Amino acid sequence: MGVDRRMNFGIVVFPGSNCDRDCYYVIKEILNQPVRFIWHQETDLNGIDCVILPGGFSYGDYLRAGAIARFSPVMSEVKEFADRGGLIVGICNGFQILTEAGLLPGALGRNKGLKFICRYVSLRVERNDTPFTTEYRRGDIIRMPIAHNEGNYYIDNPDKIRNQVVLRYYGENPNGAIDDIAGIVNERGNVFGLMPHPERCSEKILGSEDGLKIFKSIVRAL
Amino acid sequence: MRTREELERISMSLEEYELARSYLGREPNDLELGMIAVMWSEHCGYKHSKKILKLFPTSGENVLQGPGENAGIIRLDEELALAMKMESHNHPSAIEPYQGAATGVGGIVRDILAMGARPVALLDSLRFGTLDNPRTRYLFSGVVSGISGYGNCIGVPTIGGELAFEKPYTENPLVNVTCLGLLKGKPKSGKAEGTGNSLILVGASTGRDGIHGATFASLELTSSSIERRPAVQAGDPFMEKLLIEAVLEALEKSDAIIGVQDMGAAGITSSSVEMANRGGVGVEIEVTKVPQREKGMTPEEIMLSESQERMLLCVERGKEEGLRPIFEKWGLNFAIIGQVIPEKMVRIKENGNIVGEIPVDILTEMVPAYDLETKIPENLNRLQTVDSIPEIEDYGDVLLRLLNSPNCSTSKWVYEQYDHMVETNTVSIGTGASIIRVKGKKFLIGVTTDGEGRYCYLDPYIGGIMIVAESARNLICIGAEPLAITDGLNFGNPEDPEVAWYFVETVKGMSECARKLNIPVVGGNVSFYNESENYTVYPTPIVGMVGKIENLETLCTPQFKDEGDVIYILGEPGNLGGTLFIEELTGEAKGKPEIDLELEVKLQRLLLKAIREKLIKSAQDISRGGLAIALAECSIWGNMGIDISIESEKSPEEVLFGEAQPVVIITTDANRERYVEEYFKEVPIRKVGRVIKDRFKIKFNRNSIVDLEISLLKNKWNSGIERWMI
Repeated sequence: MGVDRRMNFGIVVFPGSNCDRDCYYVIKEILNQPVRFIWHQETDLNGIDCVILPGGFSYGDYLRAGAIARFSPVMSEVKEFADRGGLIVGICNGFQILTEAGLLPGALGRNKGLKFICRYVSLRVERNDTPFTTEYRRGDIIRMPIAHNEGNYYIDNPDKIRNQVVLRYYGENPNGAIDDIAGIVNERGNVFGLMPHPERCSEKILGSEDGLKIFKSIVRAL
Repeated sequence: MRTREELERISMSLEEYELARSYLGREPNDLELGMIAVMWSEHCGYKHSKKILKLFPTSGENVLQGPGENAGIIRLDEELALAMKMESHNHPSAIEPYQGAATGVGGIVRDILAMGARPVALLDSLRFGTLDNPRTRYLFSGVVSGISGYGNCIGVPTIGGELAFEKPYTENPLVNVTCLGLLKGKPKSGKAEGTGNSLILVGASTGRDGIHGATFASLELTSSSIERRPAVQAGDPFMEKLLIEAVLEALEKSDAIIGVQDMGAAGITSSSVEMANRGGVGVEIEVTKVPQREKGMTPEEIMLSESQERMLLCVERGKEEGLRPIFEKWGLNFAIIGQVIPEKMVRIKENGNIVGEIPVDILTEMVPAYDLETKIPENLNRLQTVDSIPEIEDYGDVLLRLLNSPNCSTSKWVYEQYDHMVETNTVSIGTGASIIRVKGKKFLIGVTTDGEGRYCYLDPYIGGIMIVAESARNLICIGAEPLAITDGLNFGNPEDPEVAWYFVETVKGMSECARKLNIPVVGGNVSFYNESENYTVYPTPIVGMVGKIENLETLCTPQFKDEGDVIYILGEPGNLGGTLFIEELTGEAKGKPEIDLELEVKLQRLLLKAIREKLIKSAQDISRGGLAIALAECSIWGNMGIDISIESEKSPEEVLFGEAQPVVIITTDANRERYVEEYFKEVPIRKVGRVIKDRFKIKFNRNSIVDLEISLLKNKWNSGIERWMI
């Protein structure tokens, strides 16, 4: 990792976000990159290179996961940020918010087993030419934890986004997601949503470092 | 005068009512009587347990806060301390499993928060009837969903716990939740102080839910209990998450907060009274200032509501407005509802008019404390005698059957519904004690919860010793030095002398062991009246224990590691008394459980030292299911097999399935054999064989009695609970 690279991360905090501090820790303590929290009512993304919408239960997931968070004041700025080509990562609840906000196609429904699932799953890296995955090789099988109730990705015509799939469940599909989709980018390739939690597997002590490469890729993308 | 029916409705006896009246020197009005009833309920007043709980050792060099506050606190190092507390939510969970369990999580998290600590881990001890009963499956899945729904949303990982399914819990499931929290600097206290300082209610609005929940929890369950469903509160985890963040932010940014108190059972009444009592002051509450979500609530309803996600703060006068923006930012109520007064009185006002006034002492220090009338159960001798041991044809079959019992098999079905990784501190769960790291520190925290009602049912004193010893042994086996205990004591009706005897003996046993192992009890919870028309629960103490692992290098795990490693057994396996083996095969808990406490102390000391010196490669203690189950678990977790040979004068079933304690399985590198044998010479040690690949082979007095594929063990172990649940 180049020592000079300084990627300014901003982590949006919605009421009910609960992986915000976990992402912060990885970026600050493991990668030594500048990072700040952005309260959902802020509208200033100045100086930010990469916005992270963290996991959790924004607004308690009431109504529908991510459905209320998309109306937060910060989200219109996030949309403009995306239009300008800024990098955005939505993890878990963040992915749900990105689909609700229309920044990513498709929707996330309830897991096929109708239960919350928290465990490690295997994933296949389908694309390593996105700013979020350059540290992997295409076809890599990696392990990351999932922790969600609504990870059952659905889209009417999966063929339409075939080239946008970045991560697929490998071996077992835990939630019924169509085409085993675990993570996608938008057409432009600057907005990335994924159900697995890379911040939970970025340190050896936690059992895996497979997720760290996502953050490293982002830093490299600068 | 009140009628008996009136008093029954609030679970108060005529004698208690008379006593309250004489203390007060007049007839209490409805509001006052309601407040006295909840504060004198078993749930709030501990009137049947207070005297006995004094037996517990509660002090130690690392204890910063013992029993009496919202949670106990122990020192971890110069900078950090750990808050810990266990609480039951049995009665609500029996009536409404999802909300009952969910609000149990919410309540204990606020207890930790009240100490100024950030909640970092949850553990759950659960007891249900057997899974062949459809209602049990409903209760089980409801409770697990409730814990999952609430705990996941608030972002506190559920990292462990334990589980058992036995008939006596059929109508009275037990839900004991433990929470740990981390804090820097001086712990907060749940006290009110300084005349004129403000009492501020933060969090959710107050509704009519959970009124008289505390008195409801102090009754036996009957067929009409279902009608008391309104006494069960409803939780809003999103609100709780906001409350956690707001309170922690307020404590960090302001030094104006004098006291923090959870508002749980008996709502504003108990939280304001407890705060006043701790500070040696009085409080005045104006009920119209309480944010209400329903119209026309009476002062009594407001004072007794158990609406969730509320806390009470005592804040320096004049500094209230500095805090308000923090709570408003998080979208929470921030209402000044009263103030500290010098006279030790709880005064309730409605629009400035006094509607109730009770001396604090009547609600606290003067709560009746009863001497328990005890009687040794008549059937105890019969229970303690195992009259027939089932004839065993195939030991491998018995092993598979036990592995497939929901009491031994993996609880993956449960913990995969819990977010056990959020906060990114979870290092290990699912095999023995759970482990979390503390960011920025070398040390790790080990935590375990253990309970075995069967042992206590058959011999409460010995059972009490065993529960504490086993918890400590679980920590030792991962390389953690035990620091402190929080306990949950679950029993039937204490007014029944036999139940009372069980209670007293259990606490005596627990205290004896805690003293011998030098581990203080820093807090806990008592839940009585866990009985119904057909069943009384086993006397079920749950021990939550935390320990400290020096660093990642001295962490030990239970699974077998490498082919050729030598397997040793420390201690003397045996004794079928009180075993799962007897219960599974005969359908009845029978016999006398057994522990050698002197050996326990010695063995734990040696084992911890050996682990810290990195002498051994794995350690696993024997508990439910005995040696065979423990060996199978080490094999399954390590994906390795064993080839062992045991010589004994005991019967194979005693050695394989006996649950005598302490017994520990350790492994070591082949070239360290002599050193290890020398090291453990003070305790019984025997080399039994080696770790191999794939097969699980046990010879007994030179005859092969078990020879199975590891994959078969795995299948059985994996499907014990799942085969019953969707």
